[in-house]
Amino acid sequence: MPKKTIKTFHVEWLQVLDERGNCDEELRPPLSDKEIQKLYEWMVLARAFDEKAFKLQREGRLGTYASILGQEAAQVGSAFALQPGDWMFPSYREAGASIVRGLPLKMVFQYWSGDERGSRIPQGQNDFPITIPVGTQIPIATGAAWAAKAKGDKIAVMAYLGDGATSKGDFHEGLNFAGVFSLPVVFLCQNNHWAISVPVSRQTRAETLAQKAIAYGFDGIQVDGNDIFAVYKAAHEALGRARVGQGPTLIECVTYRIGDHTTADDATRYRTEEEVREWREKDPIDRLKRYMGKKGLWDEAYDHKVALESREQVEAAVAEEEAIPPPDPRDIFRYTFAELPEDLKEQMEHLFGSDGRPNP
Amino acid sequence: MAQLTMVQAINLALAQEMERDPRVVVLGEDVGKNGGVFRVTQGLYEKFGDGRVADTPLSESAIVGVSIGMAAYGLRPVAEIQFEGFIYAAMEQLISHASRIRTRSRGRYHCPLVVRVPYGGGIRAPEHHSESNEALFAHTPGLKVVVPSTPYEAKGLLVSAIRDPDPVIFMEPKRVYRALKEEVPEEEYTIPLGQARIATEGKDNTLIAWGAMLQPTLKAAALMGERGIHSEVIDLRTLSPLDTRTIIESVKKTKRAVIVHEAPRTCGLGAELVARINESALLYLEAPVERVTGYDTVMPLPKLEQYYLPNAERVTEAIGRVMRF
Ligand SMILES: Cc1ncc(C[n+]2csc(CCOP(=O)(O)OP(=O)(O)O)c2C)c(N)n1
Ligand SMILES: [Mg+2]
Repeated sequence: MPKKTIKTFHVEWLQVLDERGNCDEELRPPLSDKEIQKLYEWMVLARAFDEKAFKLQREGRLGTYASILGQEAAQVGSAFALQPGDWMFPSYREAGASIVRGLPLKMVFQYWSGDERGSRIPQGQNDFPITIPVGTQIPIATGAAWAAKAKGDKIAVMAYLGDGATSKGDFHEGLNFAGVFSLPVVFLCQNNHWAISVPVSRQTRAETLAQKAIAYGFDGIQVDGNDIFAVYKAAHEALGRARVGQGPTLIECVTYRIGDHTTADDATRYRTEEEVREWREKDPIDRLKRYMGKKGLWDEAYDHKVALESREQVEAAVAEEEAIPPPDPRDIFRYTFAELPEDLKEQMEHLFGSDGRPNP
Repeated sequence: MAQLTMVQAINLALAQEMERDPRVVVLGEDVGKNGGVFRVTQGLYEKFGDGRVADTPLSESAIVGVSIGMAAYGLRPVAEIQFEGFIYAAMEQLISHASRIRTRSRGRYHCPLVVRVPYGGGIRAPEHHSESNEALFAHTPGLKVVVPSTPYEAKGLLVSAIRDPDPVIFMEPKRVYRALKEEVPEEEYTIPLGQARIATEGKDNTLIAWGAMLQPTLKAAALMGERGIHSEVIDLRTLSPLDTRTIIESVKKTKRAVIVHEAPRTCGLGAELVARINESALLYLEAPVERVTGYDTVMPLPKLEQYYLPNAERVTEAIGRVMRF
């Protein structure tokens, strides 16, 4: 009996806006001029935030911080496609997506300054706090999607992850469950080419990450992650399908981590300046700016205003955060259980010396 | 002799063991070109190449799983888990396989594997980067657990761990990594696993600590020494198997004991030490054994971590309590 082909697969690539700002108008998602400007403004704000966070860390005013420089389109474009009722599960490199979702800037600063109160997501914003153990948020997002489906809620869930996370068991397991139970979840992978010092070629022999979805029985698409129209379009469509019961999607945003892995890293040890320079030329903000210029949505005065307002917002958030009194040491105990057991109450008392001052 | 940090001492131990034994291989996340996020494996990739120093895909479970297979086949893998908070995905491999392949196969296979893992708080690190989870491993029969406290100790203990025929979890106190330097011989030496060390002799009480807690414990002992109270400080070195004899001999002599660990209190190793002291030296005791530990809470982020971590002051207070009892 001859061997025969029983299945073939293809992987789609989506780009709407090229590096020079040329747009395929047929593919362009139906965004109003105001919305396009809003996308631009979010990206500028995200970058201003990122720059400030980096500076604060260098001045010793912030702890370790994971920069989003270069990934603004992937974050803003995808989060912009979410609706308020949707749920979102970020990794640790999601400052851009989180602020689009409504997280106050000062809370992002607060978290990275080592104050857990920055993880208390405001009521009404259905986001989890950031996740540091790589990929562990994936099955949790799948579970939230399962619950939404069980309750008949017409919402979608978005899980953010990096290229490195695709090597974790959690990735396989979370996507497999999502496929098996046909759940309303979108896995948004930012392939920024690096997992600290490990290139994506050390994560997989596969040519794309998007194709991994095929094995789980649902769609995977690769998009230009520095093209905010492509990211928004792919996310918008995938979320729309999820909300009406058409199951999960994996979106691979091909982008680049321009900065070091975190403020504790030195990327010159393992990658070339040349590679970074090449990617700087594909900058997501410049690209949208060029397009907007051609459409009459951008000029110097507008740009100046957006930049100024972003900086002011960021500075105000820093001032606000730094004025917050330090956390109460009792907070170490308060959230352990709904009700504090007796022996924990006793331990809590040990925090304070005989003079009533906290112990150290 | 060179003055080395713990990072340098471990690096030297790895380089020398790789030189000595071609079966020794290093694998983990960012251990190659980057030399490890703490630079512990710096220079090894350049010296020994990709075949022996491998950056792996991001999977703790597979890093440990493949290491078990390598070890069973005849290599001597030294796997790095980047931070203690990321080892949990590897627990199944450690508990269900590494620790028991010798038993399950009735000695046909064994697992000469070392898992190096930085642990502990006090460096203002992000979430999941500051825990002290040694008790989980000490509670797993078949795993050895080693925690060096100084650069000299780290080199001698790591060499023994690599040469040991059984799986060793080698927990490196990241707070000590660069905090102190001491003379570390270039020449080969080993420190046997399973033997505690008397760091300071004393007659009035016994203080038991390991890893990063040794320094505040020594400081507390020195402070009390100025007041005429002389503590004997035991640096446990190996948490499993425990050197019960050294502990019991000391407690029988001093009749009082304080155990210091940064891990949570409940089911921390301190509980096991108290039990052993009760079993073998109860009638010698002049006071209940005190524990100075972390709390039974989630490890807090940097803004509150100083309230969580035991320090010399808390240890001196405990010494005061056992002395006054
Ligand atoms: C389970 C786990 N292992 C290791 C780490 C340490 N670590 C933090 S980020 C990172 C690389 C993650 O790469 P990727 O998923 O591509 O995300 P990116 O940082 O590029 O956004 C590693 C190894 C971790 N946080 N969690
Ligand atoms: Mg990455």
